[in-house]
Amino acid sequence: MIPTVPQPAFAKWCYRAYVTAFFVYLALPLTVVCVFAFNNSVFPSLPWEGFTLAWFFGTEAPFVGVFNERSILRSIGTSAFVATWVAGLAVAVGTCNAFLFVRHDFRGKSLLYMLMLLPLIIPGVVLGISILVFSSSVANTLEDATGLWFDGLRPGLILVILGQFSFITTFATLVISARLEKFDPSLEEAALNLGASKWGAIRQITLPFLLPAIVASAVVAILMSFENFNTTLMLVGSDSPLTITMFDKLKQGSTPVLNAVSLLLILASATLGLLSLLFQGKKR
Amino acid sequence: MRADASRLGFYLLLAPILLWLVVLIILPHIGLFVVSISEKVGPREYETGFANYAAFFTEPLYWRTFARTAIMSIAATALTLILGFPIAYYIAKLTRGRTKTTLFLMCMIPFWVSELVRTFGWMILLRETGVISNALQSLGLVSGPVELLYNDAAIMVGLVYTSILFMVVPLVTTLDSLDDSLIEAGYDLGASSTAVMREIVIPHAMPGIVSGCIVVFMLSLGNYLTPILLGGKDSLWFTGMIYTQFITRFNWELGSAFGFLLLALSSLVIFVGLKLSRQSLTDTMGRA
Repeated sequence: MIPTVPQPAFAKWCYRAYVTAFFVYLALPLTVVCVFAFNNSVFPSLPWEGFTLAWFFGTEAPFVGVFNERSILRSIGTSAFVATWVAGLAVAVGTCNAFLFVRHDFRGKSLLYMLMLLPLIIPGVVLGISILVFSSSVANTLEDATGLWFDGLRPGLILVILGQFSFITTFATLVISARLEKFDPSLEEAALNLGASKWGAIRQITLPFLLPAIVASAVVAILMSFENFNTTLMLVGSDSPLTITMFDKLKQGSTPVLNAVSLLLILASATLGLLSLLFQGKKR
Repeated sequence: MRADASRLGFYLLLAPILLWLVVLIILPHIGLFVVSISEKVGPREYETGFANYAAFFTEPLYWRTFARTAIMSIAATALTLILGFPIAYYIAKLTRGRTKTTLFLMCMIPFWVSELVRTFGWMILLRETGVISNALQSLGLVSGPVELLYNDAAIMVGLVYTSILFMVVPLVTTLDSLDDSLIEAGYDLGASSTAVMREIVIPHAMPGIVSGCIVVFMLSLGNYLTPILLGGKDSLWFTGMIYTQFITRFNWELGSAFGFLLLALSSLVIFVGLKLSRQSLTDTMGRA
């Protein structure tokens, strides 16, 4: 079935109907989430009670909007804090890894490369509990030995950041390596010939070339960090990121304020995602 | 002097990756295994033994949940492949230029959004007071509200929805690389559509099929949100059981054993999948 080979019209229409149905299936859940953010009712379900913006700007209970709901605002702040750290660390380590894998040959390189891919195939929950168990036993040992407290190794934001970093770095490494492989080393050699230092050549020639990949992987890291649930669930302490807060509210059965947050999330992530694609596409 | 500097640079580049992999991946998993083979014999007293694994095999609830999770994940993977293949084929072979980019983007946008939001959307659609129940009532197909949430079908719908992108993207990539003239040649030589599919398209798309299936299976197996929220209290998903042991029961030894079993199953499936299709992890995952 390709355009140059004629097909019966009926089969063609069936195929098109299926593709349309598929895209409806894709769009349906997100659409209802967005639509019910404007429903003037305390439940995110039918019947439709009329249009309202109370779930965004409302101030009096039960119509407390996103922008006045303290717990949600705080968890957005927490998520942003975590995402910034994760993206920064993942991009830094990812760039180093890219240079290591593209520029250097050493014994055990392919083994190291395979190890680097492992975080992709470890289920998020298992990654979470393994870091939880390990950091707790380290904390116990240290506390027994020194008598001091090591709160950083107990469930909390530091562990959440480390847990997310542990697998997001793999993505950053793959994206940045792919770009570095396309780099023409003679550009760097030219800079060296013109008297640049080794580090100066990398800073002025190679890193600007890598910038699109670095920005794209930072955006992807932020997106992945914001929406990560499985690993975070196991490592979270008293400050919970947005997904955990939303999950708790969802289990209790919540007001359409969750729809309003979700709508904002959808808009933010679609924008970020499209930007990262544009940024990568333009420089290619 | 130069050689020394470049050696130093090499070790400086090696340090972060080793730190990352050893401290956050390798040591924690060794630690997890050590905890999983320790038995509590008294307060703060432990002995090495396989009692936690024995408990898994002797308690039917545990291994049945494990088997159920595995079987449902395999079913979800198969369903995703069947539903996703025609879409990938349509995008790769029957569209051109801008339409192709648009369709591809439309596939991707839902997956930039948090899984929680997507699952929430399905809850709004499927619950008793939800959109689908109301639509069926107003069409006169059912007389009262119907609860579509909290059953295995709902879990399946959610799992397929969550992971279909990871099937469609690798499939589009491999199908894109198939030259149309090979398909034309097949038709010229008198093959039927089914034969062309079986003899030309599917063998060519095999790498994409394998990597898509592996990723989808892993995502389903390790999923926590979808089964818990769409399946309700009786969803019996293995990740839920790990969570219960760790956070609710505080039985880390048994929880670690469960975690290790989950890891073993997903690694085994990936290994078998790669062996059957004669591919390596580096090729399959490195492209993602």
